Amino acid sequence: MSDTPASLVQVRNLHKVFRRGSERIDVLQGVNLDLAQGEYLSLMGPSGSGKTTLLNLIGGLDAPSDGSVTVSGDRIDKMSGGKLSRWRSRHIGFVFQLYNLLPVLTAERNVDLPLLLSPLSRAQRKKHVATALAMVGLSDRAKHYPRQLSGGQEQRVGIARAIVTDPTLLLCDEPTGDLDRKSGDEILDLLQTLNEEHGKTIIMVTHDARAAERASRTLYLDKGTLVTEGADA
Amino acid sequence: MRFFPLIWSSLFRRKVRTLFTLLSIVIAFVLFNYLAAVRVAFSMGVDVAGNDRLMLIHKVSFIQLLPESYQAQILSVDGVKAVTHSTWFGGVYQDPRNFFGQFAVEPEGYLNMYPEFLLPDDAKERWYRNRTGAVVGRSLADRFDWTVGDRIPLQGTIWRTQDGDTWEFTIEGIYDGVEQGTDTTQFLFHYDYLAEANSLGRSFVGWYMIRIDDPNRAVAIGDAIDERFANSPFETATSTEQAFVQAFASQIGDIGTMMTAIMVAVLFTILLVSANTMGQSVRERTSELAVLKTLGFTNRGVLSLVLVESVLLAVVGGTIGMGLSWLVIQQGDPTGGLLPAFFVPPRDLVIGAGLILFLGMASGIVPGVQAVRLRIVDALRRT
Repeated sequence: MSDTPASLVQVRNLHKVFRRGSERIDVLQGVNLDLAQGEYLSLMGPSGSGKTTLLNLIGGLDAPSDGSVTVSGDRIDKMSGGKLSRWRSRHIGFVFQLYNLLPVLTAERNVDLPLLLSPLSRAQRKKHVATALAMVGLSDRAKHYPRQLSGGQEQRVGIARAIVTDPTLLLCDEPTGDLDRKSGDEILDLLQTLNEEHGKTIIMVTHDARAAERASRTLYLDKGTLVTEGADA
Repeated sequence: MRFFPLIWSSLFRRKVRTLFTLLSIVIAFVLFNYLAAVRVAFSMGVDVAGNDRLMLIHKVSFIQLLPESYQAQILSVDGVKAVTHSTWFGGVYQDPRNFFGQFAVEPEGYLNMYPEFLLPDDAKERWYRNRTGAVVGRSLADRFDWTVGDRIPLQGTIWRTQDGDTWEFTIEGIYDGVEQGTDTTQFLFHYDYLAEANSLGRSFVGWYMIRIDDPNRAVAIGDAIDERFANSPFETATSTEQAFVQAFASQIGDIGTMMTAIMVAVLFTILLVSANTMGQSVRERTSELAVLKTLGFTNRGVLSLVLVESVLLAVVGGTIGMGLSWLVIQQGDPTGGLLPAFFVPPRDLVIGAGLILFLGMASGIVPGVQAVRLRIVDALRRT
């Protein structure tokens, strides 16, 4: 593990402990990780190995029990409350397995959500939303509600929402886990395009070895520890 | 404003439920306004009654007559500036259901005693000159479509003429009230006409109105007057006009307290309904709120969204309710004369607006705090 200034993400000796009554569960046990700008990393491992927990800690959705997480030079494990929320809105784009679109909003309004927190004007926001939807190939579905879209289209709207603020890091939690093979491949193609053509740094949690192959690097987690590093794609 | 589409869409996430909640808020505030108007009507001008006026009635009962000769004696009491009297006529216009108050008064003395009745000078002159002339309030004139010069026959039920029971009057003027609470449903005519034409003859009046020089001495002056007529066949009871009106209104119960109790019960029920709606709405959106937090919405931001949503629901419902009831109340006294001062005073409108905001905040605060406490990772795990 190098500790070079070029690392966009630095995870050091990361521990996460959950407690269920008197039971102590060590979900992450001293994880170290570096990710360079523009890298596409896939995280694999069995259920309960701590993949999503690691993703949440890197995205500032949860606080570590011990260790540090530095993203783009910011020690996010030291942040809390409103500061962490604001940091997240600037630096992180999330893509969820179940898309998590707001059903009462159209595709373009869903994509507009993160921009509501920015100082952009309405016209500027509209332009950004149109660009994001064009990038995922859904310009013609802007006025559609989630219920009027297929699963693959919903996920593409989810990706548009994640990239609309041009975040530092894209975190994807099993983005193809709820899709059929064809739609899944389309989403993986899209993520690969975002990485290769637009330089997006991506961390993707997946169970699917085929999906993981798309990444430039694959790491395996088992019982809270990084056990193997895959070969470059 | 940039968050408005999000809030509005969330509000109508479950359209039927939201519409029913909205409807219950509308009904609550229709009731609030209407009951406020009823309360004012039953207090019947207590708020606008003069504090430098006393009312003198027979000690036994309001309906017992008093000697006309008392007027000069009352005027001689220290602190009394002016005295006039009024007598209930109780006639019927066309149909007993067309009820309104008719009073035999001393025209000039009465108008001087009640400067809140605004009558044009030419109308005053005509009325003073015409013994069978009458003046009527604007509401009453509008109710029966009366204009100056109209001949109005009233059937006497208490007072009969020497020829029968029909009394003829000519409308010489229409008075307005100096403010909204002023009673403009009265029919006023010459006491002289009543005294000279009735079969019982002159010498008795209904009650006296007394203007005093110092409101702070009202009780002492009233006592002095009552003492003067103590142990006579016509003992008196004098009180301030405000106390008199209050006592008159409370003969049918403490309407104010009853109305307030009903309003509190209605609004409390609506608070529970509205809070339940917001609570359900927030519970259903647990994952969506977690997503908003993931995107960078702060706890304060999420709390604000929930509170604004619930306040918006209350404001829309409350405003529609207040507006609808205002339209109804603008039509005037629903009893056709029993409640002349039927309106919602500005104070109650302000209280209504305050209650709308309170309802919105109170029903949104618990769900809002629940949304704040939501841990993103837990909420997302539940999806």
